Amino acid sequence: MKPFDYVRPATVAEAVAAAAQPGATYLAAGTNLLDLMKGGVSRPDLLVDVTHLKGLDRIEPLADGGLRIGALVRNADLAHDEDFARSYPAVAEALLSGASAQLRNAATVGGNLLQRTRCAYFYDTASRCNKREAGSGCDARDGENRTHAVLGWSESCIATHPSDFCVPLVALDAIVEIEGRKGRREIALDGLHRLPADTPERDSALEPGDLIVAVRLPPAARGFAAHARYLKVRERTSYAFAVVSAAAALQIENGRIKEARLALGGVAAKPWRARGAEDVLKGAAPDAAVFQQAAQRALTEAKPSGDNAFKIELARRIVARALTLAAAGTPARMPALPASPFASTSGAIHA
Amino acid sequence: MNHSISLTVNGARRDFVLDDPRVTLLDLLRERLHLTGTKKGCDRGQCGACTILVGGKRINSCLALAISHDGADILTIEGVARGDQLHPVQAAFIAHDGFQCGFCTPGQIMSAIGMMREGQAGDDPERIRECMSGNLCRCGAYAGIVDAVLEAQAGASETNRRRSA
Amino acid sequence: MPELSLTSAPAHLRHGSNIGQPLTRRDGILKVKGQATYAADNHPAGMLFAVMAVSSIARGRVTSLDVDAAKRHPGVVDVMTPDRRPQLAIDPEIKTNPFVFRIEVLQSDEVRYANQPIAVVIAVTLEAATEGAALLAPRYETLSARVGLDAGDSFVPPVVGVGNPAENHRGDVEAGLASAEKRIEATYETPPQYHNAMEPHAIVAVWDGDSLSIDMPTQGLMLSVARIAELFGIAPDKIRIRSPFLGGGFGSKGLMAGPPVLGIMAAKLVGKPVKLVLRREQMYGPVGHRAPTRQRLRMGTDGEGRLTALDHHARTVSSTFDDFYEPAADASHTLYASPAIRTSHDAVRVDTGTPLFMRAPGEATGSIALESAIDEMAWACGIDPLAFRLKNYAEVEPITGKPFSSKALRACYEQGAARFGWARRSLQPRQMRDDAGLLVGWGIGTATFPALMFQAEARAAIRRDGSGAMEIGAHDMGQGAWTALAQIAADGLGLDIDRVAFKAGTSDLPDAGIAGGSAHTATAGAAIHSAGAAVIAKLADLATNDERSPLFGAGNAGVIARDGRLFRRDDESRGESYAEILARAGLAEVEARGTGAPNPAAMEEYAMHAHGAVFAEVKVDPELGQIRVTRMVGAFAAGRIVNPHLVKSQLFGGMIWGMSFALHEEAITDRRSGRIMNANLGEYHIPVNADVPPLDVITVEEHDPHVNALGIKGVGEIGITGSAGAVANAVWHATGVRVRRFPIKIEELLT
Ligand SMILES: Cc1cc2nc3c(=O)[nH]c(=O)nc-3n(C[C@H](O)[C@H](O)[C@H](O)COP(=O)(O)OP(=O)(O)OC[C@H]3O[C@@H](n4cnc5c(N)ncnc54)[C@H](O)[C@@H]3O)c2cc1C
Ligand code: SF4
Ligand code: FES
Ligand code: FES
Repeated sequence: MKPFDYVRPATVAEAVAAAAQPGATYLAAGTNLLDLMKGGVSRPDLLVDVTHLKGLDRIEPLADGGLRIGALVRNADLAHDEDFARSYPAVAEALLSGASAQLRNAATVGGNLLQRTRCAYFYDTASRCNKREAGSGCDARDGENRTHAVLGWSESCIATHPSDFCVPLVALDAIVEIEGRKGRREIALDGLHRLPADTPERDSALEPGDLIVAVRLPPAARGFAAHARYLKVRERTSYAFAVVSAAAALQIENGRIKEARLALGGVAAKPWRARGAEDVLKGAAPDAAVFQQAAQRALTEAKPSGDNAFKIELARRIVARALTLAAAGTPARMPALPASPFASTSGAIHA
Repeated sequence: MNHSISLTVNGARRDFVLDDPRVTLLDLLRERLHLTGTKKGCDRGQCGACTILVGGKRINSCLALAISHDGADILTIEGVARGDQLHPVQAAFIAHDGFQCGFCTPGQIMSAIGMMREGQAGDDPERIRECMSGNLCRCGAYAGIVDAVLEAQAGASETNRRRSA
Repeated sequence: MPELSLTSAPAHLRHGSNIGQPLTRRDGILKVKGQATYAADNHPAGMLFAVMAVSSIARGRVTSLDVDAAKRHPGVVDVMTPDRRPQLAIDPEIKTNPFVFRIEVLQSDEVRYANQPIAVVIAVTLEAATEGAALLAPRYETLSARVGLDAGDSFVPPVVGVGNPAENHRGDVEAGLASAEKRIEATYETPPQYHNAMEPHAIVAVWDGDSLSIDMPTQGLMLSVARIAELFGIAPDKIRIRSPFLGGGFGSKGLMAGPPVLGIMAAKLVGKPVKLVLRREQMYGPVGHRAPTRQRLRMGTDGEGRLTALDHHARTVSSTFDDFYEPAADASHTLYASPAIRTSHDAVRVDTGTPLFMRAPGEATGSIALESAIDEMAWACGIDPLAFRLKNYAEVEPITGKPFSSKALRACYEQGAARFGWARRSLQPRQMRDDAGLLVGWGIGTATFPALMFQAEARAAIRRDGSGAMEIGAHDMGQGAWTALAQIAADGLGLDIDRVAFKAGTSDLPDAGIAGGSAHTATAGAAIHSAGAAVIAKLADLATNDERSPLFGAGNAGVIARDGRLFRRDDESRGESYAEILARAGLAEVEARGTGAPNPAAMEEYAMHAHGAVFAEVKVDPELGQIRVTRMVGAFAAGRIVNPHLVKSQLFGGMIWGMSFALHEEAITDRRSGRIMNANLGEYHIPVNADVPPLDVITVEEHDPHVNALGIKGVGEIGITGSAGAVANAVWHATGVRVRRFPIKIEELLT
């Protein structure tokens, strides 16, 4: 690991000032950043440790019915917060399907949002990678790319964003509160991550020094608690990133879908909100036919970026299934295997 | 740049000067404090061999900078038994052969203790499997691990019941 | 490290002792307390840290290293490169015996595979050494990498595995196929796999003049000593290796690889103790792997479903500079009766580290293909796959015609099937579902592994205080040598296990051979057994020739050793304690040696194998294609079971490896660069706890008077064979999709 300086600011303002310097990076739990530093992928000169900042580790219900989650709240603490899990079950399920219990205990909300892609060529410093080194090329494009993007990719980068947490969050219109050199501002989570276009080196809309201080769920997000699921297909039962995932949240009234929220994970450089599919669902009766239709709609713009055409079909099926599961109702208890297709495997076998 | 930090490690306060901010908690424990019970299997958060408890919670010490944990209360495998008296999880690992080569074992045991404190798994083997999935075991001792945790969990519930009775 | 003291388990954890008893691990307390000392846990005074720099190209030459940049980094002490390194006594390219592999120890600037060591940075701290290695920023002259099973011209290797012929046949395969009523032909592919023991290869090396003290995990203490001695030109007795615990080996710690040699060189270069531990990604290159294969199987059956021919061809790879060929097709030699069998291999050379034996080398790889093909053949015949296997049960070893020394496979099939509930299986695939609508499939695979014996020696002693000692340089990689061998020692010495000082794991003890081939317990056990018998015989001589002993004159009738006493065989009321015998003889101790070795006559006469039958249940999401194994039952017949507790764990471990083979493990190589893109534990998937279902192991009773004195066949590797095929066959049965490329991936099942 490259030598670096380390500062532990006492206030948010100090943190922002420190991190605005060239070569500076925020350190939260470090479960992504340290990994990248060990691999020589990130080589910061200065770490600005935000974990000791006061007041950023709270989960606060807001007067308007929304919820404010401090950027330093640990992934596990959030998922296990009973009120939170009851109100936003798909978010809790997504959190619990990510990484491992140890990593979730450490990982922060802010760090999870800003974790970087798992593209193997991004990690391999001997490969060309436009995201790691602007303009160097993309070795994934003709390389081993069966898990790469099928939506929103460009010739310069076909990487995906790996976060599970972000997927239901983006579906629920989460808002990111940012403290920057010019003070506080907020943006929709949907606008935080950037699609690559010609500048894949920029993952997000953040400017140097920008500190995420909180993620907010708007009042309406609560309205989906009864019908919300996260579904994640992976290559082993646990401790693996999504091949493809989906968050589905419905409001069902009088046998009709009043509101629908749908987002996909593992398919693009950002958590992929499928608004077109939501439109298909809105007002319809929650049945298999409309779920299929929504699934088709969600992937209309998808195209393979390599050996990954299967992900498009898989994504359609995951969408349909996630909607089916959501329509069936949020389970009373968190499944033993959160977000897994095997969430409930016990049961009799029939020939 | 030197940084003085203090940690509580297995109940004892340790103050020292860190000459290098790059030192992870894992390397601090192993190479500087010579507490080598905690193992390094991958150094990248991918195996769980380095699991320790920080503030009572299990984390991967390989992806934690020591300097950032100034003031932390750390429990490692060396601090689990009381002298000759094994922690129930340790005893259960022996009884159920929850290991073979033993290299993942300190991490498994710390993870199991952390999991029991989290109170999320209870006595459901499927939950235990899921909640222990952050600890790889290449020898494949998983069946014994699950049985050991179930036994320790049952013992803990029993103790709690007796206490509250 | 202080001398190892194995704490006996507290009384409540004991389940009896000696052979056949499920004693809990004697090293258990050390292991659960974090006190078991693995190589990297050592820290001699003044020790420096060494970190390797490895190549990012797979073929070419290093043209420059920025040694100055590395040296400028605070804490860096030295940089070892081809230009600056201690001289070796012999060229590491010379193969002095078949168990010597070519290694890269900075003998040149040539790069022959990705992740090859190209320099070593030595520093005061691990952090400095690690960054120093990064600062070397090597530049290369790069040649195009040869990757994959079609990388170049194929050839027939001189031998496959360890000395097996590349081709073998019995009967006329083409005629057998021509006459067959039904035929199948199928091609299976298996990927490169890496051992990935949880403990990375590590060494702590300390030179004292020309003496060398080493902490290093090894499955072959004496082979390592011999290799180090020849490389460094020092006498073997100047070298002491301590390897009390291995954090797993699986074959990768059997032979001296390059990195530990580099650790010794580094210590010599700087004149201080040095610790060198591989980073996880560095284990994907210089320390061996399981080579990929493409296997074509052809089979035919007569109208009754009996095989008329079995043809198994395997294509594999070796490195460009050395030879190890995965003997995959040999899996077809022993399992199924067929009048005509042919096995053959060919290979291409690719730019990788040299492949090596990895848990069940050949057997595992060949087994998943053979067991899949047998299933396909059974299906073509419309016969239940278990019934089909029984129909083609081999009463004698098919390839040689030799009788088996013992073979309880039928009982394995029966007991396994009964426990699993196999009878309720539907013949047709894609017929079974569970309550949640998941597809359910049941598969079977037959397991087999040869019962091998190597060479070992042990030293036994009985001491004045009536206690015993047994010394053997055996290795515990997790299989439980500290316990199982001590049990055999206790029986051999006629003592309770707590009265035996059992020493193992260092190179100054008698040579225990190599811990591999599932033969360690048998080989070391036989040596211990014979050393025990020899020392008891000496003790008996003292007593039976001494008029003052109650055993006087018992010479012909013989004596029994038990509980620290000798008894007359014809009158057990007459006996005396070891202590009394030695006291009267005025001796501090009696000592004897014993050996374990294969019995060539028995091997000539018999085929010797362990067998088993594995049954697996998988569930598959019908739309999403994700697979989960939900149940496995394995019934194994492996001769004498020394410790059921440990044996069960070994078999469980093997079964999990089998499932991993079928569903998870694969090293992904970039076709252009030859670099492995998932050289880590995050993306190179091995099963996690949640992947592993409730497992059930049945050990079927089997007495084998021929394999060795103790009748032990070994259980370390057999678990993986059979299991891999059982899982693959279960996936087919669940889905109706026959995937022939492993591991089975989600996209193959998105039908
Ligand atoms: C083996 C492994 C498996 C994993 N599996 C999964 C998985 O299945 N699903 C999943 O979703 N994730 C997974 N993760 C990723 C994990 O969720 C992230 O590493 C974690 O959430 C990052 O949080 P952190 O606090 O450690 O962030 P850090 O590593 O500290 O920071 C990450 C990045 O965010 C920046 N940052 C952090 N906080 C802020 C802030 N408040 N404001 C501005 N910038 C900030 C940092 O500068 C850095 O660039 C896995 C990680 C590992 C190592
Ligand atoms: S896909 Fe993106 S992250 Fe991956 S190598 Fe290409 S540019 Fe880099
Ligand atoms: S060593 Fe920390 S997770 Fe592997
Ligand atoms: S016991 Fe060997 S890795 Fe778990």
